[in-house]
Amino acid sequence: MAQNSARPLSPHIGIWKWGAAMAVSILHRATGTALATAGMLGLVWWLLAVAAGKPSYVIFQDWAGWWPGKVVMIGLTWAFFQHLCSGIRHFIMDVGAGFELKTNRTSAFIVFSVAVTLTTLLWTYLLVMKG
Amino acid sequence: MGAGTNLGRVRGLGSAKHGAEHWLKQRTTAIGNFALFSWLIMALVRLPDYSFETMHTWLSSPWAAIPMILLVISVFQHFRMGLQVFIEDYVHDEGLKFAAIVALNFYTIGLGATAVFAIAKIAFAATGAAPNV
Repeated sequence: MAQNSARPLSPHIGIWKWGAAMAVSILHRATGTALATAGMLGLVWWLLAVAAGKPSYVIFQDWAGWWPGKVVMIGLTWAFFQHLCSGIRHFIMDVGAGFELKTNRTSAFIVFSVAVTLTTLLWTYLLVMKG
Repeated sequence: MGAGTNLGRVRGLGSAKHGAEHWLKQRTTAIGNFALFSWLIMALVRLPDYSFETMHTWLSSPWAAIPMILLVISVFQHFRMGLQVFIEDYVHDEGLKFAAIVALNFYTIGLGATAVFAIAKIAFAATGAAPNV
């Protein structure tokens, strides 16, 4: 398609004051992309390591147990819960509910706090109970 | 708007002639992901430890291998559709967009097949004892 790249664009991103709903929306895409790339490569590495035998699994465990590995896994866990919670918010909005400004803003804040809470609970349990 | 029901109007319409199929599949797989990831997290939390032996024995059971394969199918379909929309929204050059969507499909199917193979290998190799390769 022939397009004139010199045509002006509407200032669709730069002019808005950031709000919770905007942040949830773009984070849904960012976390989804992170989970689809880093998350799924990690999941498949784990499965392949178990399939390949103990030496391969020990290499996986060394990387996962090293502190940067743990940081990545905690980050991906948060991305998962953030994506899950904002996905549930999407389902509510799909039936036409929750579009009133105040409700919409509140539900965006609920998404943030539930995602952080679930991540903290799961990793506190894992680090305390399993080391 | 012509006559007919809402369902009749949406069926087979739209530029891709697929109506609401993509949107609906994204939601269907989302429900699948929710159920299967709830299972996976509970199962992993309940494991006594994360040694090779524990992991291999657990994954070799049909009760773990089958939901794990279902999880891969549901999650991979979901992210393929999600990233497709992502590419369609942010890649404006038609040629690059096509190349990116081809690459996305190859990535999804290639990685998904690898994952299913790994699960099958664990499940079929096991007859009680883990291989000490």
